[in-house]
Amino acid sequence: MTLTSDSGATERTDLVTLTIDGVQVSVPKDTLVIRAAEQIGVQVPRFCDHPLLAPVGACRQCLVDIPDAGNGRGFPKPQASCTLPVAEGMVVNTQATSEVADKAQQGIMEFLLINHPLDCPVCDKGGECPLQNQAMSNGRGETRFEGYKRTFPKPINLSPQVLLDRERCIVCQRCTRFAEEIPGDPFIALVERGAMQQIGIAEDAPFLSYFAGNVIQICPVGALTSEDYRFRSRPFDLVSTPGVAEHDSCGSAIRVDHRRGKVMRRLAGNDPEVNEEWITDKDRFAFHYATESDRLTYPQVRDRVEDGGDGRLRPASWPEAFAVAARGLQAAGATGVLTGGRITAEDGFAYSKFARVALGTNDIDFRSRPLSAEETAFLAAEVVLRSSVTYADLEQASTVVLAGLEPEDEAGMVFLRLRKATRHGTTGVLAIAPGMTRGLAKLNARLLRTAPGAEAGALESLVEHARHGVDKNSIILVGERLATSPGALAAAVTAAARTGARLAWVPRRAGDRGAVETGCLPNLLPGGRPVADPVARVDVASAWGVDHLPDAPGRDADAIVAALLAGELGGLVIGGVDPDDTADPAATRAAIEAASFVVALELRETDVTRGADVVFPVAPVVDKAGTFVTWEGRPRSFEQVFASPSSLPDLRILAGIAEEMGRPLGFRTVAEARAQMEEIGPWDGDRATLEGLEPATPSQPGQAGGDFALSTWKLLVDNGSMQDGDKAYRATGRAPVARLSQAAYDAHGPTVTLTGDRGSVTIPAEPADLADDVVWVPANSFGNGVLADLASPGSRVTVTKGADQ
Amino acid sequence: MSLPVETLAELREIAARYPEARSGLLPMLHLVQSVEGRVTAEGIETCADILGITAAEVSGVATFYTMYKRRPVGDYHVGVCTNTLCAVMGGDAIFERLKDHLDVGNDELTERRPEDKCTVSLEHVECNAACDYAPVMMVNWEFMDNMTPESAVQLVDDLRAGTEIHSTRGPRVVTWREAERVLAGFPDDLADEGPAAGAPSLVGLGIARTNGWTAPPASADAGSGRTADSKEEAVEQADTSRAETETKQEDSDA
Amino acid sequence: MADTLTPVLTDNWGDERAWTLASYEARGGYRALDKAFSMAPDAIIEEVKDSGLRGRGGAGFPTGMKWGFIPQDNPRPKYLVVNADESEPGTCKDIPLMMASPHTLVEGVIISSYAIRANKAFIYIRGEVLHVFRRVQRAVQEAYLAGHLGKNIHGTGYDLDVVVHAGAGAYICGEETALLEGLEGRRGQPRLRPPFPAVAGLYASPTVINNVESIASVPSIIANGHQWFASMGTEKSKGFGIFSLSGHVKNPGQYEAPLGITLRRLILLAGGMRDGHELKFWTPGGSSTPLLTAEHLDVPLDFEAVGAAGSMLGTRALQIFDDSTCVVRATLRWTEFYKHESCGKCTPCREGTWWLVQTLSALEKGQGSEADLDMLLDQCDNILGRSFCALADGAVSPIASSIQFFRDEYVAHLTGGGCPFDPALSTAWAGQEVNA
Repeated sequence: MTLTSDSGATERTDLVTLTIDGVQVSVPKDTLVIRAAEQIGVQVPRFCDHPLLAPVGACRQCLVDIPDAGNGRGFPKPQASCTLPVAEGMVVNTQATSEVADKAQQGIMEFLLINHPLDCPVCDKGGECPLQNQAMSNGRGETRFEGYKRTFPKPINLSPQVLLDRERCIVCQRCTRFAEEIPGDPFIALVERGAMQQIGIAEDAPFLSYFAGNVIQICPVGALTSEDYRFRSRPFDLVSTPGVAEHDSCGSAIRVDHRRGKVMRRLAGNDPEVNEEWITDKDRFAFHYATESDRLTYPQVRDRVEDGGDGRLRPASWPEAFAVAARGLQAAGATGVLTGGRITAEDGFAYSKFARVALGTNDIDFRSRPLSAEETAFLAAEVVLRSSVTYADLEQASTVVLAGLEPEDEAGMVFLRLRKATRHGTTGVLAIAPGMTRGLAKLNARLLRTAPGAEAGALESLVEHARHGVDKNSIILVGERLATSPGALAAAVTAAARTGARLAWVPRRAGDRGAVETGCLPNLLPGGRPVADPVARVDVASAWGVDHLPDAPGRDADAIVAALLAGELGGLVIGGVDPDDTADPAATRAAIEAASFVVALELRETDVTRGADVVFPVAPVVDKAGTFVTWEGRPRSFEQVFASPSSLPDLRILAGIAEEMGRPLGFRTVAEARAQMEEIGPWDGDRATLEGLEPATPSQPGQAGGDFALSTWKLLVDNGSMQDGDKAYRATGRAPVARLSQAAYDAHGPTVTLTGDRGSVTIPAEPADLADDVVWVPANSFGNGVLADLASPGSRVTVTKGADQ
Repeated sequence: MSLPVETLAELREIAARYPEARSGLLPMLHLVQSVEGRVTAEGIETCADILGITAAEVSGVATFYTMYKRRPVGDYHVGVCTNTLCAVMGGDAIFERLKDHLDVGNDELTERRPEDKCTVSLEHVECNAACDYAPVMMVNWEFMDNMTPESAVQLVDDLRAGTEIHSTRGPRVVTWREAERVLAGFPDDLADEGPAAGAPSLVGLGIARTNGWTAPPASADAGSGRTADSKEEAVEQADTSRAETETKQEDSDA
Repeated sequence: MADTLTPVLTDNWGDERAWTLASYEARGGYRALDKAFSMAPDAIIEEVKDSGLRGRGGAGFPTGMKWGFIPQDNPRPKYLVVNADESEPGTCKDIPLMMASPHTLVEGVIISSYAIRANKAFIYIRGEVLHVFRRVQRAVQEAYLAGHLGKNIHGTGYDLDVVVHAGAGAYICGEETALLEGLEGRRGQPRLRPPFPAVAGLYASPTVINNVESIASVPSIIANGHQWFASMGTEKSKGFGIFSLSGHVKNPGQYEAPLGITLRRLILLAGGMRDGHELKFWTPGGSSTPLLTAEHLDVPLDFEAVGAAGSMLGTRALQIFDDSTCVVRATLRWTEFYKHESCGKCTPCREGTWWLVQTLSALEKGQGSEADLDMLLDQCDNILGRSFCALADGAVSPIASSIQFFRDEYVAHLTGGGCPFDPALSTAWAGQEVNA
């Protein structure tokens, strides 16, 4: 990387030179003095200051002496360095060189401590507490205060998860400023006044924000704690390992704090290019799934009745399980591979190679949710290898179009970055959605009201209507839900091409994009190589040292299910798939049942493992190294936290089976897999195109159905199995309700019964900004979810008045 | 939500007086008090709904200002100024006497005795800008000037008995709820009651009249009275160190 | 040196139904308005600048200069906000002004708004003065009906709407940015500056915030000319002001006089101190201005001289205490006030006032040692100039100045085991009856 001389010149003119503690420093214009001081290695103590929140100047801890404000005159009194921008020629003396500043800071610290309890030995924050640390570095040794301290009954629940010990609070307002500025959820606020001022919630209105946990992390004292971690451990007993969050495609940096082989808590990592310093509550609190009691801890094989066994799964050694799996798959004949969307890129690479090399098939798909051939083509033509949009780009865009994507629920960090962009920049958000949601309102989004399934038309209209403001400085973000909206992805591509806007696909799961890149698709080989391209196949085959790769077009997940049911496929390798997530849960279950041999790779016991012939316990992310690829196409590698012998990474299991099959993958470890991936590299030949693509069709076109189009997506906090294990976290989720237009609500509410082609559900309703013929329900917040219990993708439902509750 | 529909309409009417609706919140909470007798959780939610802000934000406002009450107050809310000047001039003695007489503490409501027509709540208040009438009391935010412990006791007795009371410099004292409605911007018809000013407000004027003192005639000329030509100079002359900080900062930005 | 009174703002307070439009117009009210409309807005600003009028809310910033800061090239609407949140202990001039002659204020609002090119003005009145709120509201209503407000005022094409807004009990809303927060429906906590209200005030638009008395002075300046105004007062403190005498003088009340009059003169006009007592201490401009004593009786009450004497002119709220008053008790009570009114935003004010009250109340009870006095002064030093706004600076004023002048009295509390004063002797009725 080299800087051009131009950019150097620009930087120089924007620099301001000042003197801090006798040291001259040049910093960009508008830099705050407190941060300029950091440049020369001086840490001015602070509490309310946070680089990602607007300056407030409330705690007054960061007072410094300014003998010259840059105009030859000084300030008569110490100034708060967190609100004061630098000026050319300014002279700043911090506590390091100024007795005035030092005394001012000690005075403030003394005030902060008079009402702060001396319970550091039992406080969760003790040992990592900015107040404790800075009291030691910038405070008096002994207190002069002999009066009575402010006390409160303790603690209060701001939400089921977040607790507040008010007497510890120094009212720096970081939490309330976060809530208002960052996610736009000001459900906590300063209440009362003066010495009794405190953080509070309104009656019966808890702090239910998807991002609430961040306030615990940025609290500079031990006032905010989580139900999950409170009283569980001491910071100095914890070992911290950096990680990458596994719950969405955002790739958030996290810090895993663990003790004696157990994760105690997770915190946001600091990555300015990705998640800045924030994570969703799902990323923070949903990690107990890996230690649930149904976690698989040893391989199992089924003693088949036809082989004289009792038909039950029994524990097996790893070598036996590899051998049984290999024999079974070879005997089963044609086999399909369903990987699920939670795999690391390395594991995806292993599945991809396993399918082609060990099984000789292109019947592989990572999509364990509704999909379409249109999407398959779109991923190969427009997604793989592309990384033209980044988080930072969202802040620069004139307009960001959202289609089939509700960022607050489906991509939390995209939501926060868009909110930042819309609050501070000139970015506008245009949502192609059935109605305004709270999440969209917080982005100040304009709504292009679009019934579910009609997104293609809306996307096409972007080109024609200048008022939408879509131009070459715009970005179109499409969600995975567009897969089942006929023509929508193709229309998005066309709209991008004709307006010059950039296009990015934002899937829901952490492994989705990596699976695309590594070829867990029927039409793609690793590195974006089209299966249909003989040169690409030869390229991979030679890299892998095999004669040839299968050239028959593969089956997608739906086709694999159909083929199993039809007996065209006999074997199935399935990992991390919940049948209820798939387009047709009943069919998927039947397909697993119908398969002659099923190898399941799973974390916990599920319906799939219970029906499998060989079950391998796979390592959760905490037990393995890996890479998730973000929606941007940015690889996010992480190392293993624990070495647990009871489970193995998917790739090690697949390698074991392949070796037993006599078709080794050539790697057994993550490092070896990475080396092979590196060696193969990205495809530089022609990529697939969308030419001649047939638009997806609704799964049941023209069906009679009901009067209401069904809109649905998964809420951030829902019944997903990777959110099991933390009741407090689950309790922060939004209650499952059906959302209807006011008229429809008036006609059918307050409780409604929805009936679709797969069943009926009765749930509370609430009026919402929707057309009179659209109903929205959360996809996985009741029963077995919408696809299992209510309706097939794209189908319509009827709404009737529900029974009185 | 069971606030009367007329109240909801009036709350919206208040919000509509301002270029930005949220500006209506303080008067809206006054109106909630006039209807509910205090700021209720329901009132907070209703204001939040109308203004499109969260209940926590409204709650933060409702708990900041001392005129908003979370517990019921009396038909007559009696304030005794105990800020320094009134306290020294007798406010402390009056407040003690009333606490004793009414058998309540600060910010408490009297029990309604069988013979009472009305209830009274008692609170010590801060300086109410009537120091020349010290010691001062307020009844539903109307001035009761130059009080003594005896006149204070008589006052609260009269209030409890339902006797009509007139402010020493104002009209017939209305109930607390009626007063809150006026503060919400819905006038009653009492503006023209009471005098223009009490005696202390006029004492200087009287002396001037007696002595024939007036301001100089309009023809007087002393040239420009401009006292400062630069912001900096103005700031140096101004009394607050705050202002000084401001201008220096502004200059340093330039 | 001024020694006569100059009623201008108070001149009509004794008139029959002085608060009505009819009464106000009968003595020439609203005539300044037409004169103002005949001038260019900038000319009005110049006139006010030339008059030397300095803010009557306490700080004394030149009013015309404040108006001149409004960036007229800013496309956003401009606003005038009248600070009628008079709450500073001892200050009691704006309330009687609005009670007796609200039209003086309304006329001032119209001229001032016209000068800064505002089409919307707000009068933010503290909520605890119901009848004043009624009177101002009625005056605004009358002004609309008379065509002084609304569309196309006096046929000039100039439009102005005025909203009378009731506060809800918060001393801090007298601080101009806290007032704006209150007016925007938020907690009254001061805002970070910059941006300054002149650039981004109400609704982030250019805003002038002026005290009632400042705005009420404008019609007389326009009517009589800046020379007239500047002919009164002292070199740098021009014009007249209302001096509010309260406490232990025979005739407390409002005395309108040129700036520069002395307290000695004012006490004389007020009939002297109570019989048998002498002046002990006084505040020149409310409780936030350091106490002065009898040795300061001849200090000219203008911005410069009071400043030179170690205090501030403030709001000319002259609270007079005689020798029956315990200065420790007085100081403690003020400190309790600042603690009660601290908004809570910043540490030194929120926590400092909490501590000051505890230290002072112990001292008042005779507990502690003389070393505590020095600690108290050190606490004051750690608060003064360290807080977000000037409230806490005001809070330490009575403490530091009372220890400066009356250290012996503090010590007497310690050596005597409590307060040596009988509070009954300082009451308004002391000496008039046997029991209290």
